[in-house]
Amino acid sequence: MSSFEPRIVAFLCNWCSYAGADLAGTSRIKYPPNVRTIRVMCSGRINPMFIVNALQEGADGVLISGCHPGDCHYSKGNYYARRRYQVMKNILEYIGIHPDRVRMSWVSAGEGQKFADVINEVIEGIKALGPAEEIRRR
Amino acid sequence: MKIGVYICECGINISSTVDVSKVAKKIGKLSGVAVSRNYKYMCSDPGQEMIKKDITALGLDRVVVASCSPRMHEPTFRNTVEEAGLNPYCFEMANIREHCSWIHHDREKATQKAYELVSGSVARAMGLEPLDRKEVGVTPAAMVVGGGIAGIQAALSIADEGFKVYLVEKEPTIGGRMAQLDKTFPTLDCSACILTPKMVDVSRHPNIELLAYSEVTEISGYIGNFTVKVNKKPRYVDEEKCIGCGVCAEHCRLKGTVPNEFDMNKGKRGAIYAPFPQSVPLKYTIDPEKCLMLTRGKCGKEPRCVENCPRDAIDFKQKESIVELNVGTIVVATGFDLFDLSVKPEYGYGKYDNVITGLEFERIVSASGPTGGKVRLNGKYPKNVVFIQCVGSRDRKGPGNEYCSRVCCMYTAKQAHLVREKLPDSHITVYYTDVRAFGKGFEEFYNRIKKEGVTYRRRELDDAIEVFQKDEKTYVKAKGYKDAEADLVVLAVGLVPKSGSKELAHVLNIQNSGDGFYLEAHPKLRPVDTMTDGLFLAGCCQSPKDIPDTVSQANAAASRASIPLARGKVEINPATSVVDEDLCVGCRTCEKICSYSALEYDEERGIMKANEVLCKGCGSCTAACPSGAISLRHYRDTGVMYQLEALLREGGTE
Ligand SMILES: Cc1cc2nc3c(=O)[nH]c(=O)nc-3n(C[C@H](O)[C@H](O)[C@H](O)COP(=O)(O)OP(=O)(O)OC[C@H]3O[C@@H](n4cnc5c(N)ncnc54)[C@H](O)[C@@H]3O)c2cc1C
Ligand code: FES
Repeated sequence: MSSFEPRIVAFLCNWCSYAGADLAGTSRIKYPPNVRTIRVMCSGRINPMFIVNALQEGADGVLISGCHPGDCHYSKGNYYARRRYQVMKNILEYIGIHPDRVRMSWVSAGEGQKFADVINEVIEGIKALGPAEEIRRR
Repeated sequence: MKIGVYICECGINISSTVDVSKVAKKIGKLSGVAVSRNYKYMCSDPGQEMIKKDITALGLDRVVVASCSPRMHEPTFRNTVEEAGLNPYCFEMANIREHCSWIHHDREKATQKAYELVSGSVARAMGLEPLDRKEVGVTPAAMVVGGGIAGIQAALSIADEGFKVYLVEKEPTIGGRMAQLDKTFPTLDCSACILTPKMVDVSRHPNIELLAYSEVTEISGYIGNFTVKVNKKPRYVDEEKCIGCGVCAEHCRLKGTVPNEFDMNKGKRGAIYAPFPQSVPLKYTIDPEKCLMLTRGKCGKEPRCVENCPRDAIDFKQKESIVELNVGTIVVATGFDLFDLSVKPEYGYGKYDNVITGLEFERIVSASGPTGGKVRLNGKYPKNVVFIQCVGSRDRKGPGNEYCSRVCCMYTAKQAHLVREKLPDSHITVYYTDVRAFGKGFEEFYNRIKKEGVTYRRRELDDAIEVFQKDEKTYVKAKGYKDAEADLVVLAVGLVPKSGSKELAHVLNIQNSGDGFYLEAHPKLRPVDTMTDGLFLAGCCQSPKDIPDTVSQANAAASRASIPLARGKVEINPATSVVDEDLCVGCRTCEKICSYSALEYDEERGIMKANEVLCKGCGSCTAACPSGAISLRHYRDTGVMYQLEALLREGGTE
């Protein structure tokens, strides 16, 4: 099990978290290559179907990250995202997927180190859960 | 579909960790990919030419560039493909530098990851549709928020370019902190002498409308077309009638009893006042918290201001009023406050009246200040003057700030000089850690001050320092030195963002960096832009800085803010929401979610319509729509799904 390298998809809002990930890059902060990022304009854009789909297509974990509460570029998108995330967790549990496979965080454009920290935490968390075979399509 | 894919080496920034030619080869085998190349610098002229040639020669209908962050070069490459006749929205970018080569060591894994990121972008590109670039007109006016030297300079520059400027200042006068300073380092110009002519220029400029004693409460719209609500507070003095003669203040029953904020509460004013004689606009203001009429409804038989005003300008019935402004661009210049010393009791500030801040010193040493420029405390001239630097700054352990406030080293040197000038026989000691004399003429200035007989004592930042009193004498205790006796202690207190600036950030929809100052769009290449198009930053609201840097930045912000005004039109984002009329059931869920009122209910047809100009393209409505009737152009669900599938196609746990 120790050789298990989880595959993680991160949905990042353009204005804060994607920029935070960029800053981690420009600052040359190193973290493991388990994450694939998808840029969306706002965390409010993230359709719960994206998450189910990601897990079905082979992801072991999903990260949703947006601006800090109150800082959303479109003012309220991250509140909607947070509400959907809570509902999402219940649904995942209901269909037999560990709710911790999906995580949400707030990372601002100035928080490169925090982005790397969040990624490390997510990887550790998913490693502990093992591969997400319960929902895999293939 | 014919997709062209271009993998950038970025010199060695990408190629040292990612095997770019391997990625290019592998991508070339994907269905739909007509050509896949790698090149040293895709953003260079030859790189862009390569793309253009391929579009023409091979008839490409989608282009993918894998290089740095799309937040950097997406606009560049959109223009490139457009020049070759391809729709700019048929372009997609993969970030294999910030999100791959710069964050990984392992070449094999980074190469695999880069491949997956690019194949995700190729899949997404297949789902892209051409979109028309849209332009809207611009209101040829700007608003400047904050009337310190930054706001004054920005307003003058925009107005000189021929555009209308609304300058909104929350205090009764413009001038900001610079108006409170006595002399300015490193040249020792008198602050008022160089500032007040500019203040007068503001009041006289035909293109500037000054809204003093006013605050921005609401803002809507977008670059080119903002609507701003400004709350004009009541002065209880008719601005049209007041000629600033000051007779009212002379006769006020409370004259000389109310601490004057402008003098850092070291001087006294009445309930009706102008902060200082050169205030602009020179209109008197009644302090609603102190005035006897306004607090008790009675002031003698008749208020003396009313009795004596030659113009009948006093109006106790005045109410606040809301002014609505239409502007194309906005410059934010709200400045700074001083670090709050109540969390640093060791300096004895507030406990001992001979411990003062640098800003209080500026008022005391100023000829127009409460002591008429005499450095005198309780009627006595101090013999021993001690300055302490880095108060509340460069504090790694807290509760102070980690950053350096940039101006304190030099203003301390300046103030030491002023003490030497006024009190030639005094002993002057400065406790410092490093003297940061980085600006033009700064090092020379510092050397000169040292030669004037100022003792500089170095100490470590983490070592304790304390101000205490014993037998009615004040001492400064610092590790490694004998306790220094002090008749006057001046604290070089650091700068913090203006109080209320977090709330203002929410109103304006701009962001703070970790230290609380406003965040620029890019620290090097877009230092005065914000992430919100049409809003720009100037002065200390962005970070602590001295006057020369503030003025340069203000001119930069003014020039940036004038570009859309001069062009007369701006491009708006065409990646907006669209409602599928067949699927929409008119439940109006999206209407409540949209922050921009971009979704309107069509009563007649019982469905929603999306307004392309109001929509900003966040996509919250698409995720909320229960019938899946709304999609966001350029970010449709199908595109994201394609990208997901491709990202996860290879590898995995098996
Ligand atoms: C003790 C001291 C000494 C200094 N000495 C020197 C010196 O010798 N030489 C030098 O080069 N620099 C010096 N400086 C630095 C100098 O003061 C700053 O560079 C300069 O004042 C910055 O100008 P500003 O316009 O950015 O900010 P400010 O001067 O703070 O002006 C901001 C303005 O915005 C207004 N405002 C704030 N919030 C709002 C709002 N929400 N709505 C409307 N208006 C608002 C404020 O009322 C104020 O008028 C000194 C600083 C200190 C503290
Ligand atoms: S833009 Fe970042 S969460 Fe909305």
